[in-house]
Amino acid sequence: MTHSTPEQAPVEAPPSAPGGLVKSVVQLDRVVIRLAGDSGDGMQLTGNRFTSETASFGNDLSTLPNFPAEIRAPTGTLAGVSSFQLHFADHDIMTPGDAPDVLVVMNPAALKANLADLPGGGLLIADSDEFTPRNLAKVGYAENPLEDGSLDGWQLVSVPLTSMTTDALADSGLGKKEAERSKNMFTLGLLSWMYHRPTEGTVRFLERQFRKKPEIAAANIAAFRAGFNYGETTEAFAVSYEIKPAPMAPGTYRNISGNQALAYGLVAAGQRSGLPVFLGAYPITPASDVLHEMSKHKAFGVRTYQAEDEIAGIGAALGASFGGALGVTTTSGPGVALKAETIGLAVMTELPLVIVDVQRGGPSTGLPTKTEQSDLLQAMFGRNGEAPVPVVAPRSPGDCFDAAIEAARIALTYRTPVFLLSDGYLANGAEPWSVPAADTLPDLRVEFATEPNGPDGEFLPYLRDPETLARPWAVPGTKGLQHRIGGLEKADGTGNISYDPANHDFMTRTRQAKIDGIAASLPPTEVDDPDGDARVAVIGWGSTYGPIGAACRRIRRSGRSIAQVHLRHINPMPADLGDILRSYDRVVCPEMNLGQLALLLRAKYLVDVQSHTQVRGLPFRAAELAAVLQDVIDSTVTPTTASEVTP
Amino acid sequence: MTTHPIDEHVHELGMPAFDQRIADAVARSVELGGEKQTSLKAKDLKTDQEVRWCPGCGDYVILNAVQSFLPSLGIAREDMVIVSGIGCSSRFPYYMNTYGMHSIHGRAPAIATGLAASRPDLSVWVVTGDGDALSIGGNHLIHTLRRNVNLTILLFNNRIYGLTKGQYSPTSEIGKVTKSTPMGSLDHPFNPVSLALGADATFVGRAMDSDRKGLTDVLRQAAEHQGTALVEIYQNCNIFNDGAFELLKDPLTGTQWSIPLVHGEKLVFGPDGASCVVADGWGGLRIAETNQVDEADIVVHDAHRTDPAYAFALSRLSHQDLRYTPMGVFRSVRKPTYDAMMTDQLADARSGQPADLDALLRGSDTWTVD
Repeated sequence: MTHSTPEQAPVEAPPSAPGGLVKSVVQLDRVVIRLAGDSGDGMQLTGNRFTSETASFGNDLSTLPNFPAEIRAPTGTLAGVSSFQLHFADHDIMTPGDAPDVLVVMNPAALKANLADLPGGGLLIADSDEFTPRNLAKVGYAENPLEDGSLDGWQLVSVPLTSMTTDALADSGLGKKEAERSKNMFTLGLLSWMYHRPTEGTVRFLERQFRKKPEIAAANIAAFRAGFNYGETTEAFAVSYEIKPAPMAPGTYRNISGNQALAYGLVAAGQRSGLPVFLGAYPITPASDVLHEMSKHKAFGVRTYQAEDEIAGIGAALGASFGGALGVTTTSGPGVALKAETIGLAVMTELPLVIVDVQRGGPSTGLPTKTEQSDLLQAMFGRNGEAPVPVVAPRSPGDCFDAAIEAARIALTYRTPVFLLSDGYLANGAEPWSVPAADTLPDLRVEFATEPNGPDGEFLPYLRDPETLARPWAVPGTKGLQHRIGGLEKADGTGNISYDPANHDFMTRTRQAKIDGIAASLPPTEVDDPDGDARVAVIGWGSTYGPIGAACRRIRRSGRSIAQVHLRHINPMPADLGDILRSYDRVVCPEMNLGQLALLLRAKYLVDVQSHTQVRGLPFRAAELAAVLQDVIDSTVTPTTASEVTP
Repeated sequence: MTTHPIDEHVHELGMPAFDQRIADAVARSVELGGEKQTSLKAKDLKTDQEVRWCPGCGDYVILNAVQSFLPSLGIAREDMVIVSGIGCSSRFPYYMNTYGMHSIHGRAPAIATGLAASRPDLSVWVVTGDGDALSIGGNHLIHTLRRNVNLTILLFNNRIYGLTKGQYSPTSEIGKVTKSTPMGSLDHPFNPVSLALGADATFVGRAMDSDRKGLTDVLRQAAEHQGTALVEIYQNCNIFNDGAFELLKDPLTGTQWSIPLVHGEKLVFGPDGASCVVADGWGGLRIAETNQVDEADIVVHDAHRTDPAYAFALSRLSHQDLRYTPMGVFRSVRKPTYDAMMTDQLADARSGQPADLDALLRGSDTWTVD
């Protein structure tokens, strides 16, 4: 694959003349497209297909699906609007984009819910067939906005997508209703033409998807091609756009979503540890896709168990860990609340267990399909007693793979439950992922106990490894090592029930020391400060990595310096973090909660961390974050210096 | 007597019964410590831990019965795991020289399910009580039963909360006066056997703590059962609910009010066999005077009936005050077990597709950057 230098500005390319029309091709360096329609219109599928085409073309990309919790909200209402935003570029990008350049709306509700996000002058494509008096009235439009001039501030292209789809399928033998359902593929075809996307993948996908219904496959492919051909021949679109592939490090790439990467990480952890993986889970948005993905990989010895409730899910996983498996449970915030008591039991019994929390808006049922980072303190402290649990967080969809392996490493090495805190944005978002070779992944092998370890030939289940403080893992079936574990306080060494005050104090501090000691196995904290003279640092964790990184680039482009620190490990934190934070004049911590990491950092390091928070169910916008950071920088440096660096 | 229609489903495992690394550890321990010992004595199953139930508790009797009976199964003690919840009975694992987990309130069946499903080579037991299994853990109990995981569940029913010092339990009779119900409890109790049968349990039995022979007989059948076996054991709490089962224990009244269940034998009971069980309308059963009915109408106990309705009808004969209580095995039928089916699915998946991690990670749509 060859790469051209990223274009800095759109450049007119020589016009081509398909279908007798003179059409020009414009070079762009990046585009943000948002597709919006009814939750039954297939916007997520359309978005995912466009993403796959874009990935296979070689652009860098980032996606943001946004959909209601209701499977089929009332048709044509604001509550039922589902959208999918895709940012793709000829260079490395970090976010799904703050605002769309192109908005496609399938009905008046989609227009009403999304228009405010489309900057003036942006391209707006609307399915004019759906702008009926009834649909307009449903969302309170007195006049048809496609016709009353109210959209004059945008480049409006009104296209009868629905009727063109049914016309294209007139000979397909499908009824009108059925034919209409292919309008998302017509739209995908149109966009594929507009952005020069490769189409073979989508055709293959449709053939595969509707293998058992060839007439439906044929209709969708026909609609897809009709949309593409319409773009090529219509006068409505005079321009198409080319976004060159992005330069990437050599390697094999694929497109991957966070939940898929996380599941692959767990499968890989099983393979690299040589242990069977047992996933106990109860369906919950937005974590269910991890269960779905894992259930496909039985050939790797992965056992998946859909339990009767969240408690049984983690209970079964812990039981499997006792038996020598890598026990895993997957859930979201409300499920974590239910699992708390079992996590405490895992802390007490000191068995490996990975608890995946794909966070969503809370409290209570909250916003099931929207993203948030508000379970951090629940993960840290949401148990009775002193019950420390390591916390690991991925920073991007592809990074969910590495984070899952790291969570498994800690669980297996230290014999402890570990939280893996993903979120809805990472779970459903996608990006190109450099596929690692299996034999380069970390070696996670651990030794089971096979012989007595006591001075008198007895087995002491709580005799610890002096370095890791992990206790031996003796699985049932091992001769001579029969022992009993449980939730009651254990006597040091023997593991027998103990109510002794000094023993409880010792064991409580030892369990804490074991978790604190994990810091010794962590690499030094990476500080991204290319200028090397930053006086302000921004620190984050989890899925805010992309928006914070994009904001930092903007800051640096404006001539200012800023340091970015992003935490993979939140418990324990890296040993060098306190010194790093203290070396800056100001530290800003953006989070999608009300300041949970900031609270921890202030408590632990006595650093005056400035919290910047947002809980809108959506990721930060890079431009807004950049403005916040710029204010901090400009109020930190002296006035003379400020004038020097202002561009 | 009905036959077992699914005998042919007894599984030939197409893969090692458990995973290689675990098998290696077990093999290494045998190398170091000598062959697995399957001829045990009761004392081999005792631990060095002092048994701390109240003097006179029915739990002692059950512990002794289990320790005496288990060696007859020919299973090495390292291959047995006892998982319990919370409550007096749930201290049981500490007194058994096997593997064990004293877990959290109500969750033992869930934990044991994960263990049994991933380690079909083990003999997994759950010890629980009426509060643990039927109140806080009711959900796990019914779902474990319907899945038919290979477990044996011993439910010690003393009809009271003992460890929290004497509140009424989900099996206490209506009107029970306790610390939390000074004017008498208002709750209608569960009949654990009916509940288990409602969940389609494949094995349900009932025994009395003090009846060593009857208890051992039910335990043996339960242990030999493939699938989830639930044994309700009436257990006297001499501190908070003393004499709860006296009606059935007393030699005189016991004969009158217990209905011994023996597969293939007529349901005749009481002094001189004066009472019997006959079919009632609507598929139910009722008690009759033996000399008032045609002998051919007396029900012959069949624990292997596929339809659980008969066993359920049997369970409904008893009253809250324990009159007409059937004792023995209500139901024992064969169905594929959850763990065997899970093992089969893994074996099927492995035979169809090699476990190639690189191929999995690459997927079907990749592109290469040189």
